[in-house]
Amino acid sequence: MTTETQNTVQFTPERLAKAKEIIARYPEGKQKSALLPLLHVAQEQWGWLSPEVMDYVARMLDIQPIEVYEVATFYTMFHLDPVGKHVIEYCRTGPCCLMGGEEVYAYLKQKLGINAGETTADGLFTLKEVECLAACGMGPVFQIREKYYTHLTNERVDEIISDLSK
Amino acid sequence: MGKKILLEHINVPGIETFDGYRKQGGYTAVEKALKTMTPEEVVEEVKKSGVRGRGGAGFPMGMKWSFLAKPEGVPRYLVCNADESEPGTFKDHYLMKHIPHLLIEGMIVSSFALGANKSFIYVRGELMYVIHILERAIEEAKAKGFLGKNILGSGYDLELIVQPGGGAYICGEETALLESLEGKRGNPRNKPPFPAVKGLYQSPTVVNNVESIATTPWIINNGGDAYAAVGIGRSTGTKLISASGHIKKPGVYEIELGVPVEEFIYSDEWCGGIRDGHYLKAVVAGGSSVPILPANLILKLANGEPRLMTYESLSDGGFQTGTMLGSGGFIVFDETACIVRNTWNFSRFYHHESCGQCSPCREGTGWMEKVLHRIEHGHGHMHDIDLLVDVARKIEGNTICPLGDAAAWPVASAIRHFREEFEWHVTHPQEATQPGAVYKGEMALV
Repeated sequence: MTTETQNTVQFTPERLAKAKEIIARYPEGKQKSALLPLLHVAQEQWGWLSPEVMDYVARMLDIQPIEVYEVATFYTMFHLDPVGKHVIEYCRTGPCCLMGGEEVYAYLKQKLGINAGETTADGLFTLKEVECLAACGMGPVFQIREKYYTHLTNERVDEIISDLSK
Repeated sequence: MGKKILLEHINVPGIETFDGYRKQGGYTAVEKALKTMTPEEVVEEVKKSGVRGRGGAGFPMGMKWSFLAKPEGVPRYLVCNADESEPGTFKDHYLMKHIPHLLIEGMIVSSFALGANKSFIYVRGELMYVIHILERAIEEAKAKGFLGKNILGSGYDLELIVQPGGGAYICGEETALLESLEGKRGNPRNKPPFPAVKGLYQSPTVVNNVESIATTPWIINNGGDAYAAVGIGRSTGTKLISASGHIKKPGVYEIELGVPVEEFIYSDEWCGGIRDGHYLKAVVAGGSSVPILPANLILKLANGEPRLMTYESLSDGGFQTGTMLGSGGFIVFDETACIVRNTWNFSRFYHHESCGQCSPCREGTGWMEKVLHRIEHGHGHMHDIDLLVDVARKIEGNTICPLGDAAAWPVASAIRHFREEFEWHVTHPQEATQPGAVYKGEMALV
């Protein structure tokens, strides 16, 4: 990587301060513990984790880039490819399916015209299938960033997609 | 049986704030423990309470605490397992969201008992909004002098850190959680050494579930004996049950251990019965990992006595006719549910979530998913059913962590109790693959 690209990958001042505060939480010499929290902060800023971003986090924690790659590829929340503006993380696990989750999912896919792992042509929505989100009593459920959308029906899906398309 | 230990004040407006929680008697356990008790006395009360690990394993919490090694000059850690990811389980999510200070207070009391000065709450990353709630609660508690240096003038220091996960069921296994907390992939560790001797950063560590830790303020305020007086036998206290599926009132309920299963399903106080016009077909009582039971066996023991919501009663009969209380993830199926499809769904889950360290689990979960997929989609063979039983048996007990068992049990139990349904999928592929098609042969519906 050239020095030039190294310099273009930078946390915003607020996120840099947040990152420093996170790193300082752990005992001396255990800064690697900050890795998952920092990857969340990075994904919040860039939407996904490019190799350049992961290298930046590695330098910040003084660890090898591979230590970041192996972690980022293990945990399903981290996006390793560019994503749309809204990433819909749809629960496909048993209890949600009992509540009609599969039917609503089929409707959502048809409505957006994409399958899991794809992004709509306008770049607004990426669809991702996830496992149980610990909201089984409110199924069917999907999540967009921090927000849970519960008790989904086709009508609810229409409303949500319409709101987010504005 | 309306005893409430954890959720008594859950509906009080403002309970999520420090002041609101304090008004209901919150943080008195911290005052009592830090000002009038030694750490050993706190441990003793928790031991007397008989409270068992509420994450699923059911191991006595006081005993787990007493295993903690205490070498001179080495820090000790308490880590709260809030990685709640077991399908059917959403109680910790509910508790942390609505009454975060109960967990914070429990963390202070428990950390004091264990001699930990830096403690962690590891929350699954998907619950980022709950992480913000907990962080706010910690700030409030710190501002009021209940966290930080020299808490309430006792000389005891405690810092609480909330750590996000990254989306991995396996991190609910305690050693995988510790690996993750150290910034690594969530690969479970070989044991021994156990975390009590070498845990986080190779230091002695206790890992406890959210609900377990949340019991400690009540235990300190009322005494371990008072807690042990609630419940039945070795199933002391109350348990949060996450109820989902085909019931009238899905949600999180606190029950006194010992409530009959039938009452839990049909009483308006809890699930409110099966949705109108339908019948009870099966229940997964303790999260997706525990054996599924048909209606007749979940309601009654093999000898005809009512089955109760306790560790012992739910496991009565072993895996032949019983199951486990597990995490309390209570999933109810009516006659419209296809057991084959659900088993395939659960197998896909375990295949997706296997960390890949141990061959039996890494390969076996994939084989089970594939075989179940073909049975469900009309391409199964009769010998596939025994093949599944065989693969499940070869995963069980042959892996570093319990995920292998957790993947094997749902498959083995579904075939044990619903074999005709699997056979019907093989013999009637056309019919069985119609949308919404369900086996309608002989079975015990209630």
